[in-house]
Amino acid sequence: MKSHTALASVTLAVLSISAFPAAAGKISGNEFNPAISLILDGRYTDIDNSELELPGFQLGGEAGLPDNGFSTGHNELSISANIDDKFYGSMTSAIVYEEGETEIELEEAYIETLKLGSGFTIKGGRFLSSVGYLNSIHDHAHDFADRPLVYDALFGGHLVDTGVQVRWIAPTDLYLNFGAEVTSGSEFPGGENEGGNKGLAFFIKTGGDINISSSWQLGASYYQSEFDVREAGGHHHGGEEAGADNELLNGDVDVAGLDLVYKWAPNGNSKRINFKLQAEYFVKNEKGSAEFSEDAGMAEANYDGEQAGYYIQGVYQFMPAWRVGLRYDQLSADNTITDFVDGGIDEDEFLEESGLGVEGDDPTKSSLMVDYIPSHFSRIRMQYSKLDGGHSDTNDMIILQYTMSLGSHGAHTF
Amino acid sequence: MKIVTTAVSFTLLLFSLSASAKVNVFACEPEWKALVETLGGEHVKAFAATSAFQDPHYVEARPSLIAKTRQADLLVCTGAELEVGWLPLLLRQSGNASIQESELGFFLAAEQVERIEIPTVLDRSQGDVHASGNPHVHWGPYRLLAIAKALSERLIRIDSDNTDDYQANFRAFEGMWKKQIKSWETQAAQLKGKKVIVYHKNWSYMMNWLGIEAIGDLEPKPGIPPTSAHLASLLKKVRSTGADYILVANYQNDKGALWLSQKTNVPVINLPFTVGGSEKATDLVSLYNEVLTRLTTGVQQ
Repeated sequence: MKSHTALASVTLAVLSISAFPAAAGKISGNEFNPAISLILDGRYTDIDNSELELPGFQLGGEAGLPDNGFSTGHNELSISANIDDKFYGSMTSAIVYEEGETEIELEEAYIETLKLGSGFTIKGGRFLSSVGYLNSIHDHAHDFADRPLVYDALFGGHLVDTGVQVRWIAPTDLYLNFGAEVTSGSEFPGGENEGGNKGLAFFIKTGGDINISSSWQLGASYYQSEFDVREAGGHHHGGEEAGADNELLNGDVDVAGLDLVYKWAPNGNSKRINFKLQAEYFVKNEKGSAEFSEDAGMAEANYDGEQAGYYIQGVYQFMPAWRVGLRYDQLSADNTITDFVDGGIDEDEFLEESGLGVEGDDPTKSSLMVDYIPSHFSRIRMQYSKLDGGHSDTNDMIILQYTMSLGSHGAHTF
Repeated sequence: MKIVTTAVSFTLLLFSLSASAKVNVFACEPEWKALVETLGGEHVKAFAATSAFQDPHYVEARPSLIAKTRQADLLVCTGAELEVGWLPLLLRQSGNASIQESELGFFLAAEQVERIEIPTVLDRSQGDVHASGNPHVHWGPYRLLAIAKALSERLIRIDSDNTDDYQANFRAFEGMWKKQIKSWETQAAQLKGKKVIVYHKNWSYMMNWLGIEAIGDLEPKPGIPPTSAHLASLLKKVRSTGADYILVANYQNDKGALWLSQKTNVPVINLPFTVGGSEKATDLVSLYNEVLTRLTTGVQQ
């Protein structure tokens, strides 16, 4: 019987050479060509105050805090595939339900070259900028239920824009990735500009292995834009506040940042135990003519601000499927207001309403999270955060969240 | 005149550099590094992205791996979705045209042979299943030979200058490997019909080859760590049907296995899953030798 088995396997082996030259073996989950993946995100939040107030920062984009009670977060639908032998394409859209309305947001829709060679890759379309570390990683893949404060305060959540990215990997054992992006520059912290092409970003990333158990990545990045008009006002999902208009005119903005990631797992086997340390620092300089109007009154002034922020976090998987994480955030703002013109709104009110007035202590936030990841595809998380500073009282938040992934198996960025 | 001479000698130097340049191989797992080194000899320079102590399902697209992928002429990986979590990302990040999926520099071992355990129902409630079947093909010695043949042919297409050497290397490997298979089959005859509990379906090809029967997995579903409820059900099973060994690969957590062993007195055998997994397993032959010796002598660890 055994010789039969052996004979059969020989025959199979011989057959397989001729009969299965390029059978169904694949490295990516494209049984459904293209690969489709759906992220389901739901949460229960207990928060003192859902209004994100960070004195000294003009908030834009998606900056904000979750609503009290039950809510669905970003339910994301992602479709991607190699288009042909030369291009890869990907689209991610979020379906958001808030205040009785369902909105579809285009998070990313881009193509990328596969065959330029010599280390070059070009990406075009709408994409998350590669500045910073966390910026290009979708929220559902973050290690905490909410973004670091500095991302909300300086980028309105994420820096995402439409344009072109070129990057080049050096042919060295030390990882060296140089990249540049030209984008419309019209997304926060940029704003509407005549050419629709004023966004410019540069980044460099390097990294390597310290030993078999630990590796690191270090990045530096820079972003700038010029704009004619930038609307500010915080969370945009629900529309702008009726009657109030908060704008920055003829302005320019630049952001510089540093990011560091360190990962450790015994023998590089992260399945059982692993640790991840991550920190980012950004400093933003912006200036322009600030205008604020509400009902019949208005005010304007010249504004020149420098705002900075950082976070540092550690996440430890202490046993299979269980992780615990700590994060500390801090922000600081230094704004100069000159040539104030009172058109029915006095300076104090202007400073508060426009978000440009710096008051109180530097905002800080401390977060503790525990999550349970029974498989690659599901996660249940609990997080407690305490936000201090500014003119508001301490803002406590508890989030219970699930994030589930259906469909194709995603890849893990470092 | 001097400039011309310099230019000529510089060109010659460049030419001689490229003529003597080795094929730079990025192997996803140590078994493929070992195989390509055997088949390529002095003409290849190989790097393994994972060690024998890592679970190749759970590797990340680390900066160092992107840097290595960038420089590779040939990528030799398992495929069958084993590296689904990191290889697609490495390919897209690398900016390296010659190892993309449509190119000669892209070689998947599992694609060269027929695979077993192809699921009929694809549903994630069945765990982290591989739609294209069991990827751990290097434990089928006949399959390994078929893979070696295809890989040797691929080396010839990439680096035709050294065709004769590649052909000679393959013939030497083929002769030696066939002889080994015979001796392993004699050595392992006593294992036929043995019942084992495995941690994960790592050993299916070997067990099919040697006629060993798997009666249960420590993982309740592929990729899901053992749970106490599942261990309790395994305990019941072992007590009713009996078992000869519990097999754990060297990178897997043996806690559940040791618990089950303590309750049932079934010995745990810790096996190197790939080259480098134990002191003696330095290449494919010594890896097979080591595993078969541990199985036949029931060496515990």
